[in-house]
Amino acid sequence: MSDNSTLSELDRPNSYIGRSVPRPNIRRLLEGRGTYTDDIVLPRMAHVAFHRSPHAHAMIKSINSEAAAQVPGVIRIVTGRELAEVMTPWVGVLSHLAGMKSAPQHAIAVNQVCWQGEAVAAVVAENRAVAEDGVELIEVEYDELPVVADMETALDEGTHVIHPELGDNLIFQRELDVGDVDAAFAEADEVVEETYRFGRHTGVTTEPRIIIADYEPAEDNLTVYLSSQAPHMMKNLYAKHLDMEEDKVRVICKDVGGSFGIKVHTYADEMATVALSKLLKRPVKFLADRLESFVTDIHARDHRVKIRLGIKKDGTITGMEFDDLTGVGPYSMYPRTSGIEANQVVVLTGGPYTFKNYRAKATVVALNLNLMCQYRAVGHPIACAIAEGIVDDAARAIGMDPAEVRRKNLIPDDAYPYIANSGLTYEKLSHHQCLDKLLEMMDYDGLRQEQAELREKGVYRGIGLASMIEVTNPSPMFYGAGGAFISAQDGVTVRMDHNGGVTASTSITEQGQGADAITAQIVASSVGVDIEKVRVVSGDTEVTPYGGGTWASRATGIGGEAALRAGKQLRQNIKVIAGAMLQAEPDTLDVQGGTVVDIDTGKERLALSEVGRVVYFRGDTLPKDLQPELVVSRHYVPKEFPFTFTNGIQAFHVEVDTDTGFVKLLKCWVVEDCGTVINPQLVDGQIRGGVIQGVGGAMLEHCIYDDNGQLQNANMADYMVPMAVEMPDIEIAHCSSPTKDSELGAKGAGEAGTCGAPGAVMNAINDALSPLSAKVNNMPFTPEKVLKALGKV
Amino acid sequence: MSTLYPVTVTVNGSPVTRHVEARLSLSDFLRQELELTGTHVGCEQGVCGACTVRLDGRITRSCLVFAVQADGGEIETVEGLSDNGEIDDLQTAFHERNALQCGYCTPGMLITANELLKKNPSASRAEIREELSGNYCRCTGYHAIVDAVETTGRQRQGGAK
Ligand code: FES
Ligand code: FES
Repeated sequence: MSDNSTLSELDRPNSYIGRSVPRPNIRRLLEGRGTYTDDIVLPRMAHVAFHRSPHAHAMIKSINSEAAAQVPGVIRIVTGRELAEVMTPWVGVLSHLAGMKSAPQHAIAVNQVCWQGEAVAAVVAENRAVAEDGVELIEVEYDELPVVADMETALDEGTHVIHPELGDNLIFQRELDVGDVDAAFAEADEVVEETYRFGRHTGVTTEPRIIIADYEPAEDNLTVYLSSQAPHMMKNLYAKHLDMEEDKVRVICKDVGGSFGIKVHTYADEMATVALSKLLKRPVKFLADRLESFVTDIHARDHRVKIRLGIKKDGTITGMEFDDLTGVGPYSMYPRTSGIEANQVVVLTGGPYTFKNYRAKATVVALNLNLMCQYRAVGHPIACAIAEGIVDDAARAIGMDPAEVRRKNLIPDDAYPYIANSGLTYEKLSHHQCLDKLLEMMDYDGLRQEQAELREKGVYRGIGLASMIEVTNPSPMFYGAGGAFISAQDGVTVRMDHNGGVTASTSITEQGQGADAITAQIVASSVGVDIEKVRVVSGDTEVTPYGGGTWASRATGIGGEAALRAGKQLRQNIKVIAGAMLQAEPDTLDVQGGTVVDIDTGKERLALSEVGRVVYFRGDTLPKDLQPELVVSRHYVPKEFPFTFTNGIQAFHVEVDTDTGFVKLLKCWVVEDCGTVINPQLVDGQIRGGVIQGVGGAMLEHCIYDDNGQLQNANMADYMVPMAVEMPDIEIAHCSSPTKDSELGAKGAGEAGTCGAPGAVMNAINDALSPLSAKVNNMPFTPEKVLKALGKV
Repeated sequence: MSTLYPVTVTVNGSPVTRHVEARLSLSDFLRQELELTGTHVGCEQGVCGACTVRLDGRITRSCLVFAVQADGGEIETVEGLSDNGEIDDLQTAFHERNALQCGYCTPGMLITANELLKKNPSASRAEIREELSGNYCRCTGYHAIVDAVETTGRQRQGGAK
């Protein structure tokens, strides 16, 4: 553990840490000069389109591709059986999630199709349009099987078992029982209970999934251009399932048009594209169109939770119990599995509060619907909404203000380190400080008064609060311990060239959050150069250190610390060389603004370009025993804690039109504690984008399946996403409890917004509806559901 | 081979002619035939706004127009509007306010916002939100975009730089 009480490294002269520096290197995106994967054209590049199953569950009887093969420009048609000779199937389980099971999944279905949209045959052609012409001419005969589409009955005797060899449709189950919940309920003055439902929704990245695989047979090299968050993970998986040497695989992520956890998984059609490139010995490109995105991009959040909470008249929560049921896909997603979301619900629910009696159960079942897996804030929105929802119910039951109930039960700010019901340790959180700041920022009392006055006039406004914790910076305990080659560490290599310019290559990746920018800020600060002198390279497994990438709000906390350590060591190396050149003790020198200076007086001694000139061109003038090293690599992995925890609180203010059921979001406030903030504007951007993504799930977004497993709204006109007009302004403030596990102290902020928003919105709506004895509990809260709650339809 | 039709258009001030299939959309024409990849495609359905360009002076979803329909037309894309400086102030405001994250929606957003400010530089936040509501952004939550457009509007009105 390092001592960061003085923050010396972060407070250096001209430090960029904590400053809202505009992101370097994005003017090109503003001018339409980015390079997204779809912009890349390779020689002899072919295009693949897939024939996809119209059925949710069926056996493939026959595939007739004769007519398709006649289409001019069609190069090759490949079935699952043929492709299986090039690529091995995979099983999405992790060994530390005890009892988890799933069936082998192929890149293209071999015998059985298990969801509507699963690929059945690939048509490779000279261009996409011709490939699609071919797809239309493929004739497949199916024998339909019973469709398992209802999670409530998926485990019933009599329900069809999707993969008979597994014995049942259970994928994973997790239980946790801490303290004595029965006694806690007996001791309570009120026990409240509710059932919450969360609609299945998806990421809808503006740039759809895209991959170009370029297999070069002469040297047995594979280069994959991929819109992804985890290039090193994918490099390993391509090699593993194509039976190649991993060193021969290179994964390059150019500009990525949004990811949010959508682009961190192993998609069957992408694996098929890579295998097709190997089979055809030429580059093959696959770009998901929007329909394909809806039926194949992972879905998330389809949960039903029955929850109970005991409370005393004085507001003390005595205990909580819940039963969470979630229906994922026919396969657990590879390699991160489809069990993590439910596991997070068990680990996180009620996490901000002091009660010690807690019983949680989560059951994950297989369905013949598209696969579910980790999407921004994984499980947190559910954990937060069910706890915050039931806390508000309890507050109403005892007639106490919801802010007061929280104040009474939130973990005190001086109680850290604190061991949660999950057994995990919170190093340092700031719930009360955040609550106080939030109530002041939003003028809580004023809003309550206004609410009462407006109610008299028949205007129904509501205020909803949601306290939350977020788990970030996962250690190897998250995936590595379960046997997956998903790195928990990251590395940064910094290099100073002869002119004093610094290049930093990092294993974290950029999808718009600003990973490159914070890397530049940290390297510029720790080396001691202007940020304009720093170039950042990321997203290429050939030229960056090995690492995890950007997901689980880990990039700044882990990759940022590696950048700090690398930059510090480069500065030290520069001081040693400059010391030799100036015949001064290195410790009497510093590097500031691209110049070697006297540390005490700040007097300029030597430009970095002079150090570089001597090192690279006149090494003969340096002492014989000094080998100058202007390239430094450093790595970092969290060690002290298996996970870092951040905290925060959100509030929504809404107005419900009781005639139309329409909910207007008036305003949102967020107070967030993500430890050290590197770039406040970027953190605020993450929070705002995250909040609106959470609002999407709460108010609009829903993958609607019918009983036959057919997705009813697989296009952007029928699947509603948040657009500018319906969304509120979001005011943000910060508290800061840096982690001492790293010198940087950053904890991560990528997902907190998404975590809190659904619960806060729900509580605001129910606060508005409370005088009418109406309540909603089934997301998304469409006008129709609000009117139903009001008994008007 | 399917029939090819000649299309002659003026793109960012330069006349170009290509022979294309009738089914080729204007967005694919710009991206694939002319390699102007700043115009993005998000939905091919007229909903997301990523493909927004200016066609004969009007902002248009290029995924909804066939290239052959644009024959004889004048097209401006984000590359052209960047080169001629027309949206420089907006781009600077977007950069400074971090009104873009992944940047995929950004060309369409800039072209739509520019049109809005030409009509109404003093647009209120609510009006800006209304006008931008055909442009989907998954990353920013819109707040920073509204800020940047508002700031640019004020600058254009005040003649400030
Ligand atoms: S691609 Fe044209 S509106 Fe979405
Ligand atoms: S910046 Fe990514 S979609 Fe708008």
